[in-house]
Amino acid sequence: MSVLVFIDIADGQIKKASFEAACYGAQTAALLATKAEAIVLGTCEADLSVLGQYGISKVHTVSDAKLNHFDSQVFTKIIADAAAGADVIVFSNNTTGKAIAPRLSARLKAGLVTGAVALPEVSAGFVVKKSVFSGKAFANIGINSAKKIIALNPNAFNITKTDGIAEVAALNSEIPAAAVTVLSVNKVTGEIPLSEADIVVSGGRGLKGPENWGLVTDLAKLLGAATACSRPVADIHWRPHHEHVGQTGLAIAPNLYIAIGISGAIQHLAGVNRSKTIVVINKDPEAPFFKAADYGIVGDAFEVVPKIIDAVKKLKGMS
Amino acid sequence: MKILICISKTPDTTAKIAFTDNNTKFAADGVQWIINPYDEWYSLVRAIELKEADPSVVLHLVNVGGADSEPIIRKALALGGDEAIRVNADQSDSYFTAAQIAQIAKEGSYDLIFTGKETIDYNGSSIGGMIAEILDIPFVSHAVKFDLASSQTTIVREIDGGEETVQVNLPLVVSCQKGMAEQRIPNMKGIMGARTKPLKVVEPIATEALTSVVAFDLPPAKAGVKLVSADNPEELVRLLSEEAKAI
Ligand SMILES: Cc1cc2nc3c(=O)[nH]c(=O)nc-3n(C[C@H](O)[C@H](O)[C@H](O)COP(=O)(O)OP(=O)(O)OC[C@H]3O[C@@H](n4cnc5c(N)ncnc54)[C@H](O)[C@@H]3O)c2cc1C
Repeated sequence: MSVLVFIDIADGQIKKASFEAACYGAQTAALLATKAEAIVLGTCEADLSVLGQYGISKVHTVSDAKLNHFDSQVFTKIIADAAAGADVIVFSNNTTGKAIAPRLSARLKAGLVTGAVALPEVSAGFVVKKSVFSGKAFANIGINSAKKIIALNPNAFNITKTDGIAEVAALNSEIPAAAVTVLSVNKVTGEIPLSEADIVVSGGRGLKGPENWGLVTDLAKLLGAATACSRPVADIHWRPHHEHVGQTGLAIAPNLYIAIGISGAIQHLAGVNRSKTIVVINKDPEAPFFKAADYGIVGDAFEVVPKIIDAVKKLKGMS
Repeated sequence: MKILICISKTPDTTAKIAFTDNNTKFAADGVQWIINPYDEWYSLVRAIELKEADPSVVLHLVNVGGADSEPIIRKALALGGDEAIRVNADQSDSYFTAAQIAQIAKEGSYDLIFTGKETIDYNGSSIGGMIAEILDIPFVSHAVKFDLASSQTTIVREIDGGEETVQVNLPLVVSCQKGMAEQRIPNMKGIMGARTKPLKVVEPIATEALTSVVAFDLPPAKAGVKLVSADNPEELVRLLSEEAKAI
């Protein structure tokens, strides 16, 4: 009887989304009057006992370099064994979680809710609120099976820290042979992954061409933000596909979303409307985005954004 | 070489999102239905390209849904594909749906199963992984590029903050995402041909549903935008820092 949290690591470090999952798992465990444990697969340089600060009592590790590249089949088998005593298993709903959680659900016949945005309601049954229609609505889903799996949306749950040190113990686990061979990895280092970013600066067709993207990237750099774009911008290859946000791209929920030269079509809004604060800069006062925004400037991005950059520099004491 | 392509029906992206029956059902009245864009634009088109490169490739489409799914199945057949199978059941719980497709996959011994990365209504991202587990075969998710040479596939998949190139042998399940292919529009010949392509209807196998919808909610409306003059962007920065505490 416990909650097991899958902790996803990248380059030997715990991902931010995994700290969120740890807090979520610990608070779910508190609701169920039980404890939360975690599992980490692959070699990790980070001190895993810090997970205690996020409410995890014990961390199970399989510290084998074979697990540094992930194969959903292999990970599922190991996690399924480790989860034998767990009632609830928590993942982050990131690319890794999306590849493992469904497999584990089918293997354990454990009902799965992906894209969770709140703690489960356990007073009557076990109901998890999730984002649907790319953020245009929520569904409250009851899980009917004894074992339950939840994949928590990144940026949907606050990280809270207390004192605490988790016990770290190696799990004696057999590693099955992987069917997936990783030939190469192409990672943009030093950039904040879009799904985890607190602040996102996004550009649309209003920026006229890729040569003008300095406006977006300069502001983003200054704010420690990730960059995003509207669909046509990715389609015409001004920006890479993975920056495309919206109903048919990535759905994100940063603390602050700054949209520059984006009209705010319904399909775009669907992927960004869970952002806490939305700022819109558009020269057209009738742009639909203003209806979904918290703050706005009606004006030419080419004039307004450089002034914003100067003002942020001033705020940060950089000029 | 046989490929099974999962096709799901979703409301059009501009559909009004509202609920009925005490917020337990999507208000489908007057809604236009489309093929889930990830299924249509990426997995179906990539499969069609594989058949164009090698005409011996067989493409079967599968949908779990009621008779009202048939228009979107015919539309998919108009783009390409040899025949379609509809499992006559409501697509409610992901596990139930995946179990139906896995059953079809077992019976037809497919080499490759394509799904979209997610549906744009339920945003589950679950079906592909579940099918793979039921069949005990590999699953590569978020594929942005897919190549095939005899029985070996080379796939570029998206990972957090980048991409990975992987190699996997058939059979396997792949979930497809932007980059795999470019959206196509069915032509007249395709539309005419689709009318006579076989569309087989089969009854579902008995499977438990592991989840059920209790109720839907809509997010609270925004309070309204606070506009700042274009001559005074410093004020915006001040508001973001002091009022929204966002920077
Ligand atoms: C099935 C389907 C799925 C879709 N999915 C998505 C999706 O996931 N994501 C997505 O983004 N779109 C999606 N779309 C496309 C969507 O409908 C819009 O076409 C798209 O979002 C528009 O992109 P945009 O705002 O960059 O460009 P535009 O609509 O061209 O808007 C450009 C904006 O820039 C403003 N502008 C121009 N010059 C300046 C200037 N100098 N300074 C300031 N502002 C300026 C204009 O006033 C205008 O509002 C989808 C469409 C369909 C049919």
